[in-house]
Amino acid sequence: MSPVIDWDVVREALPLFVRGWGVTLLLLSSALAAGFVLAVPLAVLRVSRYPLLALPVRAFTFVFRGTPLLVQLSLVYYGLAQFPAIRESVAWPLLRDAWFCAWASFTLNTTAYTTEIFAGALRATPAGELEAARAIGMDAVAQYRYVLLPAALRRALPQYGNEVVGVMHATAIVSAVSLVDLTRVARDVYATSLLPLEAFGTVAVFYFATTFGLVGLFRLAEQRWLGHLRATVTVAPAGAAHAH
Amino acid sequence: MSFVSLAHKLLSVVVMACVPVVVTAQAPDWKKVRIGVEGSYPPFSMIAADGALTGFDIDIARALCAAMKSDCVFVQQEWDGMMPALKVRKFDAIVASMTITDERRKVVEFTDPYYDIPSRWVGPAAMKNDADPAALKGKRIVVLRNSPRAKYVLERYKDSEVLQAAKEPDVYMELAAGRGDIAFGSSVVSADAFLKRPEGKGYRQIGPLVKLGDGVGIAVRKDDGALRDRFNAALKAIKADGTYRKVAARYFDFDVSGDVK
Amino acid sequence: MNDLLHGYGPVVAGGVGVTLRIAVGSLAMACVFGLIGALARLSASRIARVLAQVYTTVVRGLPELVLMLAVFYGGQYLVNLATQAAGWPDLDIPPATAGTLTIGFIFGAYLAETFRGAFLAIPRGQAEAARAFGYPPARILLHVTLPQMVRHAIPGFANTWLVMVKATALVSLIGLDDMIHRASLAAASTREPFTFYLLTAVIYLAITSVSIVALRALETRFSLGVRRLDF
Repeated sequence: MSPVIDWDVVREALPLFVRGWGVTLLLLSSALAAGFVLAVPLAVLRVSRYPLLALPVRAFTFVFRGTPLLVQLSLVYYGLAQFPAIRESVAWPLLRDAWFCAWASFTLNTTAYTTEIFAGALRATPAGELEAARAIGMDAVAQYRYVLLPAALRRALPQYGNEVVGVMHATAIVSAVSLVDLTRVARDVYATSLLPLEAFGTVAVFYFATTFGLVGLFRLAEQRWLGHLRATVTVAPAGAAHAH
Repeated sequence: MSFVSLAHKLLSVVVMACVPVVVTAQAPDWKKVRIGVEGSYPPFSMIAADGALTGFDIDIARALCAAMKSDCVFVQQEWDGMMPALKVRKFDAIVASMTITDERRKVVEFTDPYYDIPSRWVGPAAMKNDADPAALKGKRIVVLRNSPRAKYVLERYKDSEVLQAAKEPDVYMELAAGRGDIAFGSSVVSADAFLKRPEGKGYRQIGPLVKLGDGVGIAVRKDDGALRDRFNAALKAIKADGTYRKVAARYFDFDVSGDVK
Repeated sequence: MNDLLHGYGPVVAGGVGVTLRIAVGSLAMACVFGLIGALARLSASRIARVLAQVYTTVVRGLPELVLMLAVFYGGQYLVNLATQAAGWPDLDIPPATAGTLTIGFIFGAYLAETFRGAFLAIPRGQAEAARAFGYPPARILLHVTLPQMVRHAIPGFANTWLVMVKATALVSLIGLDDMIHRASLAAASTREPFTFYLLTAVIYLAITSVSIVALRALETRFSLGVRRLDF
């Protein structure tokens, strides 16, 4: 009776898995960083009372949250390469590269979700806080800088944590283009060894570790920044569905 | 009755109702054979605009099934999961231009080859006509993922970047898009799906033709030697009675059988 | 319009039907898994609670694509082991069924959380009163708890549905012949990937928009008679 798991296969494939893990983490962090930076100003625009400012952002989030990430990635990677105009443009060295295409489409996608999360958090600001800020003479910039944004970012922490885990899971999609991430390594190992448990079991361990690492990080962050709210009961959707 | 047991009952009823499964009898007489095909390897395996499967692989499979007097069902499977799907019994044979290699022989059984054509390098016309590892140093080679050609390139061209594509047509798409400097693929596919077409203008064969593996055969599971023998007998039959030549003539004007005359 | 699509319009349209069928089928499966999961999480039996926790933890710890690959290949492998051990003939699971089961299984975990929250939001007195009247547990569930739970579940349910519709895109990566797969075929034949992927994006957007409108109407319908607070 053959052993349940062929550890030789796992051991041989381990360096590949680690490299794939590196790719996954790099894509994740670079897309999240860019997305976060873009989402803050966009969220401010999104809650603005001027339609001219709010509507374009609303259209952007509607489109990028309403279509699958796979389609967005395919459009950027395969679709844009179709046009000679793009192939001859200055942007081509970037768009030609699979890494850039993946980073760009992941960034656009997470920006849309994060913008809505931050916008929701901004809207949930207790009216009194804003009133007080205006009463002591803060101008709009100061209001945002000292009162609205810090509070909103804290409020957004649980949902943003979900978003981060969601993006990490979404990185598996890049296995469809030529980036060699964790999932691509798993599929290749399975294709050559024909052993599902070794290939997918190993990758599951990596993904679990990453997921729980991220969840743990966010729990620490919540303790630090939302500690003052711990006493109140939050029926927070502990991990609302968040695929992309 | 508790909530949970009621729920369990509900689940079993719903699952039984919603899950249509196809029960296939284990057919040692092979009256019914499920064949795994890809559909992304023109002109061997393609899907027409109306969704029908067509191509040399498909037609040969049909001819073989007729000779075996078996009922053949085609199951479409993407290349990545072709061998795993065979192993897991999603179909009984692979007719997807799969090259016979020693590595593959370790996990599946192959019939005699049903065609044999070399591989070819394709690059921009302006490129030097040299496909040696030294000449391609630092260049990006595009090749089909998880194939003998990929293995060949990864082993011999250590100083070049390798871009692996999911389907053979993607190899030429990436080359045409400028994502690769040179492509290594099937000589027939590159001719048919690329060089003959408008997007292939400005590209040509680079270097010599390369022979890899021992021809292209039909893969079956290790225990299905009987099925392999039936395919072999059928192959001999259709070559003898001219059916093979007729099917091949639909697609090629040269001899692809690889048989020594 | 069909000219623009070089005659591949009907091919892609056929794929839309597949996508929708998988989405709806998955939703049904997810509701079943979710209901069982929620009931298990809330049950008195410790084993049920642990199993349900394991279920939700495993599903939420892995990418949907990896789960899909694992169920599609691994699931068939396990089914084969079972049928061979029992001496039964081969049981082939069609890709569409595998995809539907997988997505239903995955999102069942999320719905379990939603339903659990919804169950907890109903005042305990309701079920207590029904039990006092001698209703059997099955009837309490069907006539008292479930109808009230629906209203609370709708926001989470709506979110899950919208996410699920987009997740069906992933079945194209395990070789299922859905809308995106058709689009990639058309793109390969016509060398116009932008056109066809844009088409799929527009179709998904249409599905999403219709869903949002329908779900909003559903929420209104189920909230009839509920007094809204005026701040």
